[in-house]
Amino acid sequence: MADTNQHPHPHEHGPHPTREDDDLELTAAEAKFLAFKSLLMEKGVVTPAEIQARMAVNQKSGYHHAARMIAKAWTDPAYKARLMDDAKAAAIELGIEVTEAKLVALENTPERHNLVVCTLCSCYPRSLLGEPPAWYVSKAYRSRAVREPRKVLREFGLDFPDSVEIMVHDSNADLRYVVVPMQPEGSEAMTEGELAGLVTRDCVVGAALPTEPNRAPA
Amino acid sequence: MFADTVPAFAPGDRVRVVDLGKPGHVRTPFYVREKTGAIEEYCGTFDNPEERGYGRVGLNPIPLYRVRFRQFDLWPDYDGSERDELVLEIYEHWLAAA
Repeated sequence: MADTNQHPHPHEHGPHPTREDDDLELTAAEAKFLAFKSLLMEKGVVTPAEIQARMAVNQKSGYHHAARMIAKAWTDPAYKARLMDDAKAAAIELGIEVTEAKLVALENTPERHNLVVCTLCSCYPRSLLGEPPAWYVSKAYRSRAVREPRKVLREFGLDFPDSVEIMVHDSNADLRYVVVPMQPEGSEAMTEGELAGLVTRDCVVGAALPTEPNRAPA
Repeated sequence: MFADTVPAFAPGDRVRVVDLGKPGHVRTPFYVREKTGAIEEYCGTFDNPEERGYGRVGLNPIPLYRVRFRQFDLWPDYDGSERDELVLEIYEHWLAAA
């Protein structure tokens, strides 16, 4: 079979997309961003190496930082009290580098479930969770999480009875939020390190609950 | 502390989010404008993002609050429990006593 990449027609279709699977025209803001970035590099204000270094910093942290904090809170009531009082200080206490101005811990209880969204952009506790997932920055999640949170949670597999209050937190300004889930039943004998393994990224946003140990994959 | 950075509201105070109609980099979403809620927590003072977003930081830092709303007060046709709530951060100049 012939190589399908060798098309006989002249190369007249438009410029190749800037991202794979992104066949849309650039928006004015995207075009402005790319032009501005090129100018800064041409003028020597920033180097490509500096941009790469900053991206590496953003990608260095992952949700294991938040999982460590939550597992420690489950096993150490004094730490949990400090976490609820000042989540930034509680993160620094564990040696985590925090770049956010202020972190707020939100405790899930049998009466209340917390869900975090940033309706205006993509504010997210990157020091504790790394880069946000695509669904968190999508317009669908940002608009629907405040408007119909129970429907959104059901789509994540979480169906709460009306007796549980759903409290949505719009991370719209200077604070960043960390949901502290309830410790799953059956995990009482687990070590702090094992408990941290039950906490996923989505748990810390409120879009999931920690896996019960007897259901956790081997 | 500057006299004008003493917070005007305390937890539990009823407040209305005023619509300043201000364009640009404001952090007050449209869905809470002209809605009434209650102060959840005073968060301290922060540089005004409406100034900082344009490279200006000349003003004193301004008080920021977490403000709590009943979902049914935000969306009359809300589908959920009467107890469901939403909390977000509002700078003091967007708040009026209610």
